[in-house]
Amino acid sequence: MSVLRPNASVMGLPYTAPGNAPRGFTLGEHVDPEDPLEVGNSSNPHGKPRAIGPMGRRFQPYKNNGGTVVAVSGKDYSVIASDTRLGSGYSVPSRNVSRIIKLTDKCVLASSGMQSDIAVLHKVLRIRLTQYQYAHHQEMSLTAISQMLSTMLYYRRFQPYYTFNVLGGIDAEGHGWSYSYDAIGSHEKVRAVCSGTGQNLLQPILDNQVEFRQTAPEKKPEELSLEPCVELVKDAFTSAGERDIYTGDIVELAKVTAKGVEIEKFELRSD
Amino acid sequence: MTSSGNAPGGFSFDNVIRNSMLQQKGYAPPTARKTGTTIAGVVFSGGVVLGADTRATSGPTVFEKNCQKIHYIADSIMCCGAGTAADTDATTQLISSQLALHSLATRRAPRVATALNMLKQMLFRYQGHISAALVLGGVDFHGPHLYTVYPHGSTDRLPYVTMGSGSLAAMAVFESKYKEDMTADEAKQLVYEGISAGIFNDLGSGGNVDLCIITKEGKELIRGYAKENERKYRRPAGYIFPHGATPVIAGSEQFKGPEKGFSVVAEVAPAQDTMDVSA
Repeated sequence: MSVLRPNASVMGLPYTAPGNAPRGFTLGEHVDPEDPLEVGNSSNPHGKPRAIGPMGRRFQPYKNNGGTVVAVSGKDYSVIASDTRLGSGYSVPSRNVSRIIKLTDKCVLASSGMQSDIAVLHKVLRIRLTQYQYAHHQEMSLTAISQMLSTMLYYRRFQPYYTFNVLGGIDAEGHGWSYSYDAIGSHEKVRAVCSGTGQNLLQPILDNQVEFRQTAPEKKPEELSLEPCVELVKDAFTSAGERDIYTGDIVELAKVTAKGVEIEKFELRSD
Repeated sequence: MTSSGNAPGGFSFDNVIRNSMLQQKGYAPPTARKTGTTIAGVVFSGGVVLGADTRATSGPTVFEKNCQKIHYIADSIMCCGAGTAADTDATTQLISSQLALHSLATRRAPRVATALNMLKQMLFRYQGHISAALVLGGVDFHGPHLYTVYPHGSTDRLPYVTMGSGSLAAMAVFESKYKEDMTADEAKQLVYEGISAGIFNDLGSGGNVDLCIITKEGKELIRGYAKENERKYRRPAGYIFPHGATPVIAGSEQFKGPEKGFSVVAEVAPAQDTMDVSA
């Protein structure tokens, strides 16, 4: 085990040397090629952070605090929801942390992932929107915000904000749209999407009940209007709370219509 | 070496070498369902109260919302299990059966200390590979007894005990509220509060509170002593799927109709369209 290596990552991310690459100098030259715990050992090529010695462990800057976020949009509305449980391992540091932010009167963002990165991302977004308003004397449009968020995430390509975002709102024509993002800015404009620890439980419900996937064309029901959509999101969230331990306590649900943003709350199980 | 037939009993280790070779090549074996749990027990004057939550998890997913973690050992001995679900189930069943045979052979009512010895000897033999963390309690000839058994086979004999991922939450309650010579009702309330603390503050525990009260008169297992985590919302409209909503995507040539001797109960509409794969 080595104490210091010049080519070890300083950012806390695991440094992986290519198989036969020279390792550079080390203090005392004590890299053991057979030690599976040694960072950069080619016999352990996967990206998982490893111990650097029997006692030492690298600082791990990222953790997932759980939570589920949803955005469902219809012809003239968008519904964005997130639970407020903050999880860490088997602990619940908080039951009431908001992951939702109203960006404009026509646009709401919900983010899951690491709580500290979510807080910073929301803060920086708020600053950028205020600057835009001072410069252009108008609110940023949904499409402009969706592109700016992507740019902001990709700017951090090699040390990302550990956030999984869904954006919902109403565009310039008055149509509702949802956007889903990965942590580094890849995004897509869709009808219904969710992200976070309950994603695997919720997305199939949304696909079937909002976009009517797996449904014969002549059997497709009418598109959901706002209130049935809210009921669907509440039911789906309740189901996710039943089976995902990181989803629970309270859900904040934002309804975006031409009249503006209205936020309601409802309870999930708290065990 | 064959896996069955003349096997002398115990576990089969036939695939151990093959599996370690596979793991080295990158094929990891499936993981067991290791569930987070809160289990606890308290001795009171004249008996013991055991308690458990009812959640079984696999990673972050809840597998079972109302499972039973208080296992039967003998008529007046019960055992709460935490750890790998299969291990706690199998271990308690095995000891229960051996204890019943022992009881018949010796013509005496089973004692808690006997069950404890059987459990710890078995767990020690397997050097911690059987992940069962147990709370064993009961009443016998000598009075009420309460023990914990750790996966490696060590045991404790204490007036109040907790186990599992919620053990710290439950023990916090016990440490602040336990007193000697409680009544049965006081002990039930204390165990309920301890398990409840685990259910609400430990993500690995959840669901309902199960209690078991054992005295020399007999035992009472209360499933769902407290049910504080019922579903809070259901969509009023429900989910209605009209007949034929799911399109038949296979061609009719694959479905020749029912065999002779069967009658047609319901007819499926022929395929109208192929599945939408554009998105």
